[in-house]
Amino acid sequence: MQISARRMDKITIFDVTGDIDLANSPEVRKALLRELRDMRTPRVVMNLRQVRYIDSSGVASLVEGLKASRDSGSRFILCGLSTSAREVLQLSRLIKIFEIYDSEEQALGS
Amino acid sequence: MTDCGLLLNLELRSNPEMLCVVRSAMERLTVEMGFPERDCRSVTRAVDEALTNIMRHAYQGQPEQPIQVSCFRRQGQMESVPREGLEILLVDYGVAMDLSKLPGRSLDEVRPGGLGLHFIRASMDDFAYSREGNSNHLRLLKYLPSPGHGQGS
Repeated sequence: MQISARRMDKITIFDVTGDIDLANSPEVRKALLRELRDMRTPRVVMNLRQVRYIDSSGVASLVEGLKASRDSGSRFILCGLSTSAREVLQLSRLIKIFEIYDSEEQALGS
Repeated sequence: MTDCGLLLNLELRSNPEMLCVVRSAMERLTVEMGFPERDCRSVTRAVDEALTNIMRHAYQGQPEQPIQVSCFRRQGQMESVPREGLEILLVDYGVAMDLSKLPGRSLDEVRPGGLGLHFIRASMDDFAYSREGNSNHLRLLKYLPSPGHGQGS
């Protein structure tokens, strides 16, 4: 898994490539909390277009990001979810809790 | 439930880096058995979550402990209809699973953690846990669609 950040004025976009599982979800959590809790970036977009699989530990990292965004008054947005990623959010009943868009363009224009 | 033979036997260490390797094997096995795409993802997810539980809880993060994953083709019955299926047996030698957590946690609360067992239950047709001597045995079962059933995606 690789995670990189593109920073613009008041927006950070994380590009994630590969599977998010127990081996690397702490890295995702760390990146999200740094951006949302420490840097208090007003809008953080997680582009998951190139993520084929997310396990429960990955979902937990996203939930931590969501909670941090609520605490800091930021927006935390997911976009480009694969079928598998969408399924795990549906299974965990979190699909309606997150702000989700099909594409990065929609996420930035929201 | 009739034993129709071993399909695949994997022995791995409790290293999270191995999870993607097992997922690849499960994806390929379920495709070869003829599961619909959605069920292939379900089985792969359940095995991945079961392994994650073993690594995190049974072995408490120790990375070099043994895990066996054995896959069998099974003949069984679902709602009195004969069905062919895939059974996956996961064996580890870590601490016993807390049976009180088997039902899974409530999903009403938005909080990280505790979703693994819920994913396993939601993804498989049946699962059973037993403590045998100093080992944990987790059996996961998924039936193939009955003949004539539409192929989901």
